[in-house]
Amino acid sequence: MEREKFNIDAIVVGAGPAGISAALTLKRGGKNVVVLERSDKAGTKNMFGGAVYLNSIKSILPNSFNTAPYERFIVNHTYSFLNDSGSVDIKSTALADNTTATVMRPKFDAWMVEEAKKEGVYFAPKTLVKKLIYKNGSVIGVKTEQEKYFAPVVILADGVNSLLSKDVGLRKEFFPKDMVLSVKETYKLDKKILEERFNLEPETNEGAMYEFFGGLSGFYLTEKKKKYPVTPFAIGFLYTFKDTISLGLGISLEDLVQYKVKPYEVLEKFKSHPVVKKLIAGAESNEYSAHMIPEYGYNHLSKLYANGVLIAGDAAGLINSAHFEGTNFAIESGKLAGETAIIALNLGKYRHNILKVYEEKLRKSFVLKDMKSYRNVVETLYGRKNSILKYYPDKMGEFFETLHVVDNVDKKRKFRRFFRTIFFDRSIMDLFRDFRAFIKLFFEIMF
Amino acid sequence: MDIEKKLINVKYKTDENSHLVLNQEICKVCEDKVCLNICPANVYKQGVCTELSENDSENNGTIDSITVEYENCLECGACRVACPYGAIDWKYPKSGCGVVYKFT
Repeated sequence: MEREKFNIDAIVVGAGPAGISAALTLKRGGKNVVVLERSDKAGTKNMFGGAVYLNSIKSILPNSFNTAPYERFIVNHTYSFLNDSGSVDIKSTALADNTTATVMRPKFDAWMVEEAKKEGVYFAPKTLVKKLIYKNGSVIGVKTEQEKYFAPVVILADGVNSLLSKDVGLRKEFFPKDMVLSVKETYKLDKKILEERFNLEPETNEGAMYEFFGGLSGFYLTEKKKKYPVTPFAIGFLYTFKDTISLGLGISLEDLVQYKVKPYEVLEKFKSHPVVKKLIAGAESNEYSAHMIPEYGYNHLSKLYANGVLIAGDAAGLINSAHFEGTNFAIESGKLAGETAIIALNLGKYRHNILKVYEEKLRKSFVLKDMKSYRNVVETLYGRKNSILKYYPDKMGEFFETLHVVDNVDKKRKFRRFFRTIFFDRSIMDLFRDFRAFIKLFFEIMF
Repeated sequence: MDIEKKLINVKYKTDENSHLVLNQEICKVCEDKVCLNICPANVYKQGVCTELSENDSENNGTIDSITVEYENCLECGACRVACPYGAIDWKYPKSGCGVVYKFT
């Protein structure tokens, strides 16, 4: 039986952080690796909030991580709970400025590619992989629009939609509840105004970020001629760049479908909130974008490997959205996929019994450890969305209003009035359910 | 700011052909029409096709169809996941075509 001749050791599909990390790892292990990317330039089809974590970049590019095109380093992080007229914010300031930095993917991903090319990784942009090639039940290569490439190991780092993972039967079809749809706008804002507005030291690269909960009242679903108020599950974000701001939301795809709401309508509602409006006042919108985030989580992860193939990054659903972590999971899983591929190449064996080392490595790493700890977070928060996105933000606002409005009413009466609303605004069972959800998540994360 | 205004700022390299192909037979009988709401780029629109079908004499020569303005597609994949009937043959655009983000 003729063995397939390979002159490439590994093919990586996708030049995002996962793919480039896998490729760098393979090259450093003495292997020939080709990265195939469907866009003209890496990063031009990627979108996130967003910020990367310097420890993560350092882990894959220890010698050059400080030359990446960072925009601003996050020193202020605000959790903003929006009620109908204002917000209650919890803000951390003076955070260590060497851990988290905002980047723009078209620049950042392209930089990672250049670093990989410097180390001898072959990079082929404008190359769309259409299908995987199989022989004797193993993946042995890929078919692009123009030609075929053969390699004993193929690493799929082709993002959230990963058609190829589905192709090879590593995952099932997706449903709306598996996904979050993120929509975002970026705005140009004069540097001085930006620095003042976000309380950043002028002429430095200090940056700020926000996470928003609530602020999305006013959506209704009409069923059988009746209008019901609905709350789409959506978390807002804002990041500062040198002279740009990004503002967006991650919205449950399930809610967009069932409430028949358009994603940009949710974005417009969010932008019209008095607190949010102020943050982007005077800024000029310069780009709109949309991207999905895989949220099926640890309980529904696809198989991470099969004969001749490994999956890394978003393609494998490796995300911890509660902490806005995705790029670090992509880099670490890419690295571990690369390491696994090296082991397989050195043994000359590429079937699943060898490649399962990849999953073992992931289990020992923070990637699957965190995904396991947080396995029920998104589903639980979704189940309590009326609490998290409406009730508590509203109540926090009411509490501070009770505290701050000085009128001719005695305090005992004011506070009693407020506490009475806590017991009568909704059933005590809801409080119990919130508490139970919190305890459940607390124990799952801590133990 | 409506969706058309938002899309003006987005850069694309447009292919001659649509990378998104609908099975209009399914769309014709679909009542949910999830695609019309779900797409962040408003690619799918309710259209009226005036092609006269041989077997369609009752319809007065007009058939409900979904038009696909693929030029605006942001390649997010939401439509593929949201369509309950698998009517969308969802592919990536030809290499080098499609959205080209600048500030994401």
